[in-house]
Amino acid sequence: MKVLVPVKRVIDYNVKVRVKADGSGVDLANVKMSMNPFDEIAVEEAIRLKEAGKADEIVVVSIGVKQAQETLRTALAMGADRAILVVAADDVHQDIEPLAVAKILAKVVEEEQPGLVLAGKQAIDNDMNATGQMLSALLGWSQATFASKIDIEGDHALVTREVDGGLQTIKVKMPAVVTVDLRLNEPRYASLPNIMKAKKKPLDEKTAADYGVDLTPRLEVVKTDEPPARAAGIIVGSVDELVEKLKEAGAV
Amino acid sequence: MAPEPFSDEVRMIRDTARAFVDRVIRPNVDDWEEAGRFPRELYLKAGAAGLLGIGYPEELGGSGGGVFHKLAWIEELMRAGSGGLAASLGSLDIGLPPLVKFGSDELKREIVPRVLAGEKIYALAITEPGGGSDVANLKTRAERVTVGNREYYRINGAKTFITSGCRADFYTVAVRTGGEGHAGISLIVVPREAEGFSSGPPLKKMGWWASDTAELFFDDCLVPAENLIGEESRGFPMITSNFQMERLTLAVMANVTSEMALEAAINHARDRRAFGSALTGHQTIRHKLADMGTLLEASRALTHACATRMEAGEMIFKEISMAKNFATDACDRITYDAVQIFGGMGYMRESVVERLYRDARILSIGGGTREIMNEIIAKQMGL
Ligand SMILES: Cc1cc2nc3c(=O)[nH]c(=O)nc-3n(C[C@H](O)[C@H](O)[C@H](O)COP(=O)(O)OP(=O)(O)OC[C@H]3O[C@@H](n4cnc5c(N)ncnc54)[C@H](O)[C@@H]3O)c2cc1C
Ligand SMILES: Cc1cc2nc3c(=O)[nH]c(=O)nc-3n(C[C@H](O)[C@H](O)[C@H](O)COP(=O)(O)OP(=O)(O)OC[C@H]3O[C@@H](n4cnc5c(N)ncnc54)[C@H](O)[C@@H]3O)c2cc1C
Repeated sequence: MKVLVPVKRVIDYNVKVRVKADGSGVDLANVKMSMNPFDEIAVEEAIRLKEAGKADEIVVVSIGVKQAQETLRTALAMGADRAILVVAADDVHQDIEPLAVAKILAKVVEEEQPGLVLAGKQAIDNDMNATGQMLSALLGWSQATFASKIDIEGDHALVTREVDGGLQTIKVKMPAVVTVDLRLNEPRYASLPNIMKAKKKPLDEKTAADYGVDLTPRLEVVKTDEPPARAAGIIVGSVDELVEKLKEAGAV
Repeated sequence: MAPEPFSDEVRMIRDTARAFVDRVIRPNVDDWEEAGRFPRELYLKAGAAGLLGIGYPEELGGSGGGVFHKLAWIEELMRAGSGGLAASLGSLDIGLPPLVKFGSDELKREIVPRVLAGEKIYALAITEPGGGSDVANLKTRAERVTVGNREYYRINGAKTFITSGCRADFYTVAVRTGGEGHAGISLIVVPREAEGFSSGPPLKKMGWWASDTAELFFDDCLVPAENLIGEESRGFPMITSNFQMERLTLAVMANVTSEMALEAAINHARDRRAFGSALTGHQTIRHKLADMGTLLEASRALTHACATRMEAGEMIFKEISMAKNFATDACDRITYDAVQIFGGMGYMRESVVERLYRDARILSIGGGTREIMNEIIAKQMGL
């Protein structure tokens, strides 16, 4: 089985984000960018499937600016076999919306014929949580979202999902689109020999035009604000005072 | 700062090294510092990730890569905040190069892959109780002898201040096989189990607490003649052949130490209030931080320029000595000022600057003292 894993280049989770002066978004010039952490988990899961003999090829794909090839190299260094870069923007600030990404991915799926698409549940930059779902709709494939455990058994998969109040296990027919949650696994760091080997693995470069997908945004960002600064704390003198303050704040 | 060559690989090595430090080292580093040791298992883990093998050929189990690959690892390792841990985990990088460059294939194949995998610990033993700077006058003697029908070297003498000295499995030892001066020196690989070899208890040190530093004793120590690295009496140039890389490493260690001290000082000065404002509100403090930042920036630029030239294969004895002195001077200054800005808290073990200040002190002594660097610089200037 071939596994397709879409990976997105996003601002590194350690970077303290700054809103651009014009409020149009977050400043991405000269900041550290990394693979979306949920996508890293998806890549890790694909590698584990391969190590368990349930997958034989892992293809990673990224859609965005040319620099996303760094993200793909990282995925190759972790253990993916092949990469496809779809250049769809030339400005790092230009985000491709989930629908356009899903449409391109649908075309890639048509070409590559994977048995499984493993995607992050959302990207940490704008938290859309939509691409995987849209892709499954476009393909007419089963979907399982927020996976914290995946078992592939023949023509179906058992997926444990993190839902409000607990865990839910569903059985989906393959091929499927599965989006992964935080607790599925801890992604490995690429070993040095694999980093050195990654540059010899194939990385195909395409453009959005190759797939004939219309990238015109459907959404308009009206405003971006910094989160409100945390208010100063207070020091209480006794447990009674603490309880009183908590009551005042409506916390107990 | 100029972009690093091989940026994509270096970026990925940095990411791996950072993840390794965050997951495996950082959660334990304070305990290891206080305990004066870290688990041997750490070598295995770093070996498995291929981090110990950076800069060594793949045929010997190395990961390949050059100067910038190595520096990415050293920088991230140093950011764990323990110079001692970096020194011991990295002692292979001063011990192995002469073996890799000049040793016989059999000797290399027997030892190097196991060291790069982290299964065996490797150290370098040059310094003696009688002197460290004056390498050409070292006293430990090795004589070629026949025992049964095998050829051996019989070694007598002592070494001191040896990093990883308590638990290394192999040592590259500088011995005198010939007459006086540098022309009589050879390098020989001594395995820990060699007859007549012993090491002392860990020496108590000002800094580098997580590192085991020890004396070594050679008492009619017998080592097979095949353990000689290269030819007899050719040891001195083998020792100096790794000086550039060692000095670059020490400059980088100093720069990262400075960087961490500066960052801690800035955070502290922003948060701490005295006389009605944050410490950063006082011009003397602000300007102190500005000077610290300027020194660090200059030091990094000089170190980076040396690294770039070394990657290109140039021999830069003068400049690398300058870079080491500049970086270690800057580090002494910056860690001193960081403690000062912390006030009483800077003197407390719970503050990172307290350790950085202690760890900084060795950097202008080890790998060639500040004075020896100046002798080299002066000589290269034709003086
Ligand atoms: C923590 C630690 C780890 C170490 N690890 C190792 C290791 O792994 N392997 C190893 O072989 N060694 C190691 N060393 C030893 C280190 O390399 C030596 O301490 C160093 O080379 C200085 O030698 P010395 O201590 O004998 O000082 P000396 O050579 O006695 O020097 C004393 C002082 O005199 C100065 N001086 C000497 N000659 C001159 C001159 N011609 N002109 C002007 N000034 C001069 C020196 O600069 C210094 O200030 C380590 C040392 C320490 C502290
Ligand atoms: C081992 C030890 C023993 C001690 N024993 C005692 C004791 O027995 N009794 C006791 O009362 N205290 C004791 N102290 C506390 C000591 O007196 C204080 O640490 C010292 O006065 C500095 O105060 P601080 O630590 O709060 O630093 P801070 O006042 O926070 O100062 C931090 C830094 O800011 C600088 N700074 C502050 N204000 C200004 C300004 N206006 N302009 C420019 N720079 C400024 C300081 O010079 C310092 O560099 C001890 C401290 C230590 C470490």
